[in-house]
Amino acid sequence: MAEMVNITIDGKSIQAEKGKNLMQVAKENGIFIPSLCYYEHIEPPLGTCRVCTCKMNGKYNPACTEKVSEGLVVEVNTSELTDTRKALVEMMFAEGNHICPACEKSGNCDLQHMGYELGVSSTRFQHLFKDRLIDFNPQRMVMEHNRCIKCLRCVVEVKTSDGKKVFNYQERGNETFVGIDYEQEAKLTKEQALNAMHICPTGAIIVRGESLAAPFGDRKFDMESVQKDYNKKKTTHKNRPPVMGKKIVATVSLAGCFGCHMSLLDIDEDLLDVVELISFDKSPLTDFKEFTSRCHIGIIEGGVCNSENVETLRKFREHCDILVSLGECSVWGGLPSMRNSIPLSECLEEAYLNSATSEPGANIIPYHEDLPKILDRVYACNEIVKIDYYIPGCPPDANHIWKAVKNILWGEEYSILYSEFKYD
Amino acid sequence: MPAETVQQLVESGQTQMLNQLWELQLKNGFINDDDIKKIAEQFNLSTIEVEGVVSFYHFFHRKPTGKYTIYLNNSIIADIKGFKRIKETFERETGAVFGSVDRTGTFGLFLTPCIGLSDQEPSALINFYPFTNLNAIRVKDIINALNNGATPESICDAPADNIRYTPPGEKSIFFKKFEDGKALTHAEKLGADGVIEALKKTELAGRGGAYFPTWKKWKAAKEQTTTPKFVVCNADEGEPGTFKDRVLISTQATSMIEGMMICGYTIGAEYGIIYLRGEYRWLKPKLDEAIDDYRKKGLLGKDCGNIKGFHFDIRVQMGAGSYVCGEETALLESLEGKRGEPRTKWFFPVEKGYLQLPTVINNVETFCAAARILEMGAEQYMQMGIPGSPGTKLISVSGDCKFPGIYEIEWGMTVAELLELCEADDPYYIQVSGPSGECISIKEKYRRISMLDLLARKDIRCGGSFMIFNKQRDLVKVLLNFSEFFKSESCGICTPCRAGNFIIQRKLERLDNGLANEKDLEELKSWGTIMKNTSRCGLGKTATNSLIFSMEKFTDYFRGKLDKEYNGLNLKFDMEEATEDYEKYKI
Repeated sequence: MAEMVNITIDGKSIQAEKGKNLMQVAKENGIFIPSLCYYEHIEPPLGTCRVCTCKMNGKYNPACTEKVSEGLVVEVNTSELTDTRKALVEMMFAEGNHICPACEKSGNCDLQHMGYELGVSSTRFQHLFKDRLIDFNPQRMVMEHNRCIKCLRCVVEVKTSDGKKVFNYQERGNETFVGIDYEQEAKLTKEQALNAMHICPTGAIIVRGESLAAPFGDRKFDMESVQKDYNKKKTTHKNRPPVMGKKIVATVSLAGCFGCHMSLLDIDEDLLDVVELISFDKSPLTDFKEFTSRCHIGIIEGGVCNSENVETLRKFREHCDILVSLGECSVWGGLPSMRNSIPLSECLEEAYLNSATSEPGANIIPYHEDLPKILDRVYACNEIVKIDYYIPGCPPDANHIWKAVKNILWGEEYSILYSEFKYD
Repeated sequence: MPAETVQQLVESGQTQMLNQLWELQLKNGFINDDDIKKIAEQFNLSTIEVEGVVSFYHFFHRKPTGKYTIYLNNSIIADIKGFKRIKETFERETGAVFGSVDRTGTFGLFLTPCIGLSDQEPSALINFYPFTNLNAIRVKDIINALNNGATPESICDAPADNIRYTPPGEKSIFFKKFEDGKALTHAEKLGADGVIEALKKTELAGRGGAYFPTWKKWKAAKEQTTTPKFVVCNADEGEPGTFKDRVLISTQATSMIEGMMICGYTIGAEYGIIYLRGEYRWLKPKLDEAIDDYRKKGLLGKDCGNIKGFHFDIRVQMGAGSYVCGEETALLESLEGKRGEPRTKWFFPVEKGYLQLPTVINNVETFCAAARILEMGAEQYMQMGIPGSPGTKLISVSGDCKFPGIYEIEWGMTVAELLELCEADDPYYIQVSGPSGECISIKEKYRRISMLDLLARKDIRCGGSFMIFNKQRDLVKVLLNFSEFFKSESCGICTPCRAGNFIIQRKLERLDNGLANEKDLEELKSWGTIMKNTSRCGLGKTATNSLIFSMEKFTDYFRGKLDKEYNGLNLKFDMEEATEDYEKYKI
């Protein structure tokens, strides 16, 4: 019988086996500590993602590298620590090029899941849009470096039958990436390859010919949070003076696809309330070209890709009390920002001059003083003006939008269900 | 374990990989794919692992680096001493651009962070031989001489030691004559427990900058039952602005060697390794000579110094260009021939260090001090310094002052006194202990330099360097230089350091361009704190120190950098810059 020790996690007294990993102890006691790199049977633990950072006897340390000892006092859920963990997950989103709607692992992705659990609706950091390659050279796999969070799991876990590593870190600093050994990779059995894909917390390792796809709702992280009280968390906005009469709303789609506007319509019978409670000013729904009055709320779909977008967005800021970024593109750039790691000239030449359908020599890249000027990259709305609220999703869930808008306009308390909070 | 077996253990397997890679790099100027395959086969590794190691160290290249490989230092001290001009001159004279080799394959130009010659900047390494106090004419002459067939070895400089100050009246601890073997004999008289007692009494603490009590470390290692044990000397001083270890190795190598031996004697280790940073390759012959000399005198080898049953030997391991390898667990990884990634704190090095065996790692200065304490006796040592912080400290002074160099000060000296000694030129901003340390404003010049309570914020605990900047230097430019340094020197294993340093740099660029507002400053502070609390090793934990401190201490300066027209809603956005690319298509 192993020696037992007494520890405290967030004020709760717990008995645990001496020397056991704190992550394990917390899990057994129903305490959720977010983590991405931790993998039960890897010893010593990896300690690379740092998302499980807690306070141990007053000092910051990751839970996954902590062996429990007598009298250990652990703080997990203080507002500071929650924010710190959120920041780390946001850092991963900002550092990689994570385009959930276009990812095979979406719905089964640990990184995305942590984003949901921690309620990351936008990243506080500007996305770095570092140009990263997709390595199609391996026989069995595709290595998607855009999505890798450098957790080290595959480096330590995936080995050929004769014990050689298949993956290893290359370079260092912000150039670090996980390289794959083509020769060793070819020696992996199918099971070993699939294991590599499954232990990857994101969609960085994809095995050719293997599908991860499952219908929406059946995927691993679609419906249920691992935190029991997730859906009970009420969000309420600080009191605003009540506005008499109809609320005035403006909407716009910048560099977006109008999908978010379509999602707006999905609130079904609540649309009848909308007609009663809200009037639309400048919006594609009314086709008003200019603002006719000051608005209570402006809803922005899409990011900023040209000079006209910049002007429109600034106008919105001037005329609206509150601005809401709606959907992935507006929140951080989304799909259009896939061009951000490629020079503008290459994009334009590919689209207008070298595409399969264009006749050589017959086309030009359009430029006219009446045409909006294309920016060097797609900007998130919050890089141009101050944005007050973010609703993620591609498109955001209709209920999520309506709840958030109602809350902003009338201060109604609400909770976003786990299943309503999505990036894809 | 018999000494031969220990010898075999440290000279076999992957531990030798770095040395082999060095040989190839020096022989061919780069490491080619075939060699990587051969090495992988030899050590039974996959090629990707060897490639991972090669790409980690910036002195290892996968492409030819020219007959003459020139590394120019781009640290902030070099920058204020005319780095840009030297850089241009090198490019003009060699016809190569930095980061590449000229067409004839003669000259390869590369930038490298601080090469430990901050007292004689601008400086460069050519085929790892030092060239100091460069100016445009000197660079021209050097390139001409090389073109005319001179070897870098024959025309390189012998960097001056620049020991500017030692406590008056024969009170120097580090730089007086060292009598070989005396300290060891004293150690034997005291016995292992006596040595630990002496270190405890003199309060010797890790001089690399962490100030962990040395006696605790040695005691913990002594108590380990696993054998063999190891003594490792950390001579990887990569902190920009620090060069005290360079001067110690150059002038006092024997006291360092004997310090390691005393440690070996105390903890029961038979083997010591000196991890010398790649930038100091030119010091290696000197160091090897000192070790050989000790062997000849019977001080190293079997029954060292006639102590029956005490066998001890030392070898030198060259690093290959990586700042993070100064972190003790990263250094261990590197010694084992791997990528220098810091380990988690799952085990301490004294439990499982080098090759997972008990290991003591100390800085050069710590070993030198330990030897001196044993040599002169604890009582005499304690007569120097102040209560609670006895002894002296070496400080590397550089930047805007008349006499850059090494200052051996008694603990307790004030910043003002030190600035006076080096004749600082209108000092305004002083970076203590390098970019990862603390920055102080001239208003704090009456603070003492000691090892005392850091939290009280009365005294300054210094890892070993003072970089002095005058009022003309732009603080944001200094911080940007630091942030670029940390960004590229991070090992990349943990998120906050790898991504955080990149993110902080972007934000600082915004500040430098006048596009930032007050919220940006708040964010910088809060993000810096997050990195501090969550990073895996000291690099990430301290990377934002100077940023956070400077924002607290130079509030007026930072306020002056802000976008003054910010109305709280519209952010500054440079439309002209953003549409510049598209304007090229104007018809």
